[in-house]
Amino acid sequence: MRGRPVKVRLSINGRLREADVEPRKSLLDTLREDFLLVGSHAGCEHGVCGACTVLIDGEPSRACLMFAVQADGYEITTIEGLAPAPGELSIVQDAFCETHGLQCGYCTPGMILTAHALLTHNDSPTRDDIVEAISGNICRCTGYGQIVEAVEFAADRLRKTNAPRHPEVAIADEPVRLAKSKAPRQGVLEAVQTDAPRGGRS
Amino acid sequence: MNPTIPLKFVSSNRRVREDRRFVAGQGRYVADIALEGLLHVAVVPSQYPAARIVSINSIEAMKMPGVHYALTGEELAKAVDPLMNGLETPNVRRYPLAVGQVRYVGEWVVAVVAETRAQAEDAAEKVRVEYEPLPYVIDAEEALDPSSPPVHPPHGSNLLLDKTFVWGEVDKHFAESPRHLSFRVVWGRSSTVPIETFGVAAKWDPWREMLDVWASIQMPKYSDQIARSLRIPLNNVRVHQDVDVGGSYGVKRGIKQTVIVAHLARVLGRPVRLIEDRLDNMRAGDAHGPDRIFDVEVAFNDDGIVKSMKMRALDNVGAYAGRSPFQLGKPIGAIVGPYKIQSVQYRAIAVTSNKAAQEAVRGFGQAPTNYAIETAIDKVAAAVGLDRIEIRRRNFIRSDEFPYLIPSGTHYDSGDYHAVVAKVLAHADYEALKLERDALRAAGLCAGIGIAACLEPSGGNSSFEPLLNERNTTTTWMDSCRINVDGLGFVTATIHTTSAGQGHETLAATVIGEVLEIDPDLIRIVRPDTLSSLPSNSPVGSRMAIMLGGAAFHAAQKLKAKMMRLAAHQFGCAEKDVRYENGTISHQASNRKLAWTEHVNIAHRNFHLLPEGMEPGLEVTHVMQVPTGNKLPENGRVQMYPCHSFEFHLVLVAFDPQIGKPQIRRYVIGHDCGTVINPHIVKGMTLGGIAHGIGAALLEEFVYDAEGQMLTQSFMDYLLPSSHEVPHVEIVHHCTPSPFTVFGQKGSGESGYLGSPAAISGAINDAVASLGISFSKLPIRIAAISDAIAAVKAPEVKVRT
Repeated sequence: MRGRPVKVRLSINGRLREADVEPRKSLLDTLREDFLLVGSHAGCEHGVCGACTVLIDGEPSRACLMFAVQADGYEITTIEGLAPAPGELSIVQDAFCETHGLQCGYCTPGMILTAHALLTHNDSPTRDDIVEAISGNICRCTGYGQIVEAVEFAADRLRKTNAPRHPEVAIADEPVRLAKSKAPRQGVLEAVQTDAPRGGRS
Repeated sequence: MNPTIPLKFVSSNRRVREDRRFVAGQGRYVADIALEGLLHVAVVPSQYPAARIVSINSIEAMKMPGVHYALTGEELAKAVDPLMNGLETPNVRRYPLAVGQVRYVGEWVVAVVAETRAQAEDAAEKVRVEYEPLPYVIDAEEALDPSSPPVHPPHGSNLLLDKTFVWGEVDKHFAESPRHLSFRVVWGRSSTVPIETFGVAAKWDPWREMLDVWASIQMPKYSDQIARSLRIPLNNVRVHQDVDVGGSYGVKRGIKQTVIVAHLARVLGRPVRLIEDRLDNMRAGDAHGPDRIFDVEVAFNDDGIVKSMKMRALDNVGAYAGRSPFQLGKPIGAIVGPYKIQSVQYRAIAVTSNKAAQEAVRGFGQAPTNYAIETAIDKVAAAVGLDRIEIRRRNFIRSDEFPYLIPSGTHYDSGDYHAVVAKVLAHADYEALKLERDALRAAGLCAGIGIAACLEPSGGNSSFEPLLNERNTTTTWMDSCRINVDGLGFVTATIHTTSAGQGHETLAATVIGEVLEIDPDLIRIVRPDTLSSLPSNSPVGSRMAIMLGGAAFHAAQKLKAKMMRLAAHQFGCAEKDVRYENGTISHQASNRKLAWTEHVNIAHRNFHLLPEGMEPGLEVTHVMQVPTGNKLPENGRVQMYPCHSFEFHLVLVAFDPQIGKPQIRRYVIGHDCGTVINPHIVKGMTLGGIAHGIGAALLEEFVYDAEGQMLTQSFMDYLLPSSHEVPHVEIVHHCTPSPFTVFGQKGSGESGYLGSPAAISGAINDAVASLGISFSKLPIRIAAISDAIAAVKAPEVKVRT
């Protein structure tokens, strides 16, 4: 039932945020509507599909089954909280790109947060561990194959991040990857600079 | 493309550019579109499968907080035209909200608008609708009976389509063949059920007279249908195609939802959105798939050679027609599968019933048809005592017989079915697989091997429309691309449709990069709104590699040709004497070169240096016609799709006979879709398609009870395969290029799904064959298996007790 809005103070991605919400409002709707964190998605809104998965104190949880008022006092992590900096990707996020562990992207935030939580606990998961961990997140596009590969790949990279980085095990971030491309770059598609002051060729 | 030049980007394992935004949670789905003053819709569903609407009372609802409007079907029908029907069935009228009568449980009766979705839902509960229940019909066979209650009384019956095609000398072939068999199989009603439901937001600007629409849509001619229904000019409708679609696989076709919010936006002067909740979607999202009974008869000889086939397909399309009856038409383009069946009689029947409306689902009817064909081949193998792979080999079209004309008028482009099967058997070690099956049986389990060989017609034109509806004269189903090189030399290309995860931006960039020999990552791909778009028909029918890939290729070739002409003019030589390499054009004889930046400067700034008649700038467009699709049907025959991918499934399934829960222990698929443009994307499509097929074969069904109530409305009852149900799948690749496409590519968007239900059904039937039982209806749910086994073992149990 409806009720008078109450104030909630939520710690989301390391920031303390406040909002006035109806007691009946789900954490998912609150994240999306009150804080504009729309990376968490509504799929079934009855706790089966996992598209709304967020981390509550590091554990995957259904944001559609939790009221915002219940989340007060916990550390909430959404997909927006995973990337280390704007334009960058976490190792898990990058691994999903490497194996194409997604298609439409709708289940992906929940899937990545679930994988992130698994790898936080277990840096050497078996295939069965991975299958079990993601079994609460439904993906209709991929058939899970490339998702499992992504988690395996991320686990491998995470294990290696503490070792000194060699070029061959470095995280394949954009500059490294582009440098490897065989495509010509010099002179092709560099901004035409010669003409700017004079409106013509030099 | 000169085949001697090695491909730089096409077929290489490049990342999919769209993935970056999605892994960061930065997709832009329809529910993420923030519009100032947005209002929200909740719908009031019917509780009856058929009833007259006696009265609607919204007085209490309108008093609820935040409520703006309660729209009834009666009011809406006065303002809009009925939604499109594919067949000429003018009395099967379809409006977005029920008018005068409800026709299925869950049908939308009233749309309530409020400041928030929660307020709209609260108010929807207060709407009082008085109904007078009417007779109804759920079962397709009953609906076919002329005495059944017609879902649309003005139409007079429940029959929408009953068309019989005879291709070749069916009677003669049946008479000549020493052996016949017949059977019935049933494809239960399921769908692809994307995790994102359908959603749409609309805004009307009365000063500009512009309707802006953002939708989770995958539908050809979407804006045409909006304009027609609302009776406004098409250039007053602007659909924003830069909305990410959270999965579709055919079903995101929310035209009724769109007409509701568009009308409301005009009436209320505020933007309005409708995002289906899961119940709205499952019950009434117009997103159910085929619901089909096949009666098949085949004529063959003692060697297992199948000469002729008679197929009757009866589809229960639900309460409204739309385009769904056409799903009986597309399979005509591959009606003999990969086999040399010489003649076919095909009777396609579509009936209305008091179930939810059906829409296009991945494969557009091909997966059910393949299930029927593959069941026939398995049964013939059993009848003549042949191995199920050997019988397929004997009936397959041989690689030297392409292009191969099938009886229904389509030429298959290319293939090497025997080679794919040989590769799969070698990879899987078929003999060892059989030993493994036998060992499982010896250990007390039911174990079986399933096999399916089938085609994926691809390239999606719409020839089934004129084939099933003579007044329809469609012979083009084009797609387009525009490329612009800007004044600083950067490349931007356009695609003219939404995408639902198929990687079209990657596709277009890869192809353009290949032709222009520039890094695809440097090419920007944008999606203009529909008013700025070239003609396009959206990603249906496994067509985008062929059609968008083709359009991008030809546009890039035009661009390259323009640059070469421009360069030749500078060099004072003939165009044929210049050479394009990595964006630089050279003239060997004079040892002159023109770099990319120099073309750009000339084209953008030096009109005086352009050849006569050349337009300034570097901008090209290409509107591509479907290869081979250029004729209307003649005598019930037509070239359906241009390309035909092939897939061969080999599956080992085992289960405990008392529990009956199938475990897929091995899944190998051989896949030949010609030249692969992006291997990651094709792999994902195939694996995802197999997962859908596992769902359709074992788990997923929209079940209606005898009272017309839908029993599987949530994900608690309508079961989707999780990572536990989908096994590790091994893909064996083969490449037979298509002669009809620019790189030899074929389609892959429906791959996996088209054969996996047949393969899994075959495996389960192999597992229970020794018990003397078989399953002829999908899905084969756990309970069905354990019940059937218990029934045959019951006497044994009695003896023991």
